[in-house]
Amino acid sequence: MPLNPDFIGRTYPPSAPYQVGREKIREFATAIGDSNPAYHDIESAWALGHPDLVAPPTFPIVMTMKAMSVAMFDPELGLDYSRVVHGEQKFVYSRPVFAGDNLIVTASIDNIRSVAGNDLITTRADVVTEGGQHVVTAYSVIVSRATALPGSGD
Amino acid sequence: MVASIRHDQIEVGDSLPAQSFSLQRLNLVMYAGASGDFNVIHWNERIAKSVGLPDVIAHGMLTMAEAIRVVTDWAGDPAAVQEYGVRFTRPVVVPDEDTGAVVEVSGKIAEKRTDGTVRVDLTATFNGSTVLGRAQAVVALP
Repeated sequence: MPLNPDFIGRTYPPSAPYQVGREKIREFATAIGDSNPAYHDIESAWALGHPDLVAPPTFPIVMTMKAMSVAMFDPELGLDYSRVVHGEQKFVYSRPVFAGDNLIVTASIDNIRSVAGNDLITTRADVVTEGGQHVVTAYSVIVSRATALPGSGD
Repeated sequence: MVASIRHDQIEVGDSLPAQSFSLQRLNLVMYAGASGDFNVIHWNERIAKSVGLPDVIAHGMLTMAEAIRVVTDWAGDPAAVQEYGVRFTRPVVVPDEDTGAVVEVSGKIAEKRTDGTVRVDLTATFNGSTVLGRAQAVVALP
């Protein structure tokens, strides 16, 4: 069943602030097996000139996926989650994410289109500080597979 | 660790030190917990197979996170990464055994820009096939 095209251009209300915790950064870095001291050791982060622990480049997915799930699980969109795979992902930073940041995510659906029977949803999540300063934007393409054969990694 | 690579030392075509990463079921469970992505195809073999997958597959985001380590380990300061994007072209299948799925990652300087950044193109393979397409990072160097 095709997805509801009315969702194209829809922007969701800003999320509640997500507080980036030192232990969350350490937990995420440990989960990806990355012992880079900037993720774990405050003295090392300071030595690099940073105010606190640095988050790994893909860390914002923790908060952007959460914000985006409001749209993805909206029954009116018509998405069958068992057929969903991750097609593309991109992060564009204005500055790194640091422990102690309080970040607000605004999720949007930029496009929905069909390619070879698959439905492709292009989404954007803008991450800003409570003061409105841009930190990072996460662009995603979510694929709803028409067939049972996997075409991608997630 | 201090960023030691300088922009004026880099040439287009230079290779970054390659790395390989082994992913076992444990890594998928840890990533699910840390990221909040509990999609069953990453930990439940029965359901993964019922939707046509050969077995449990790694989160694409986990492979993406591993691949950028070739850049962050090389640059020294992970905050040097200003942009990072990939396409997920093939699944990394993670069977229930102790060896794990091995993903090999290499990187090359594809472009040197006048604003002090470089573009690194990454190649990630699993069982001889690429699993990430158009994997590119823009990195600021001193």
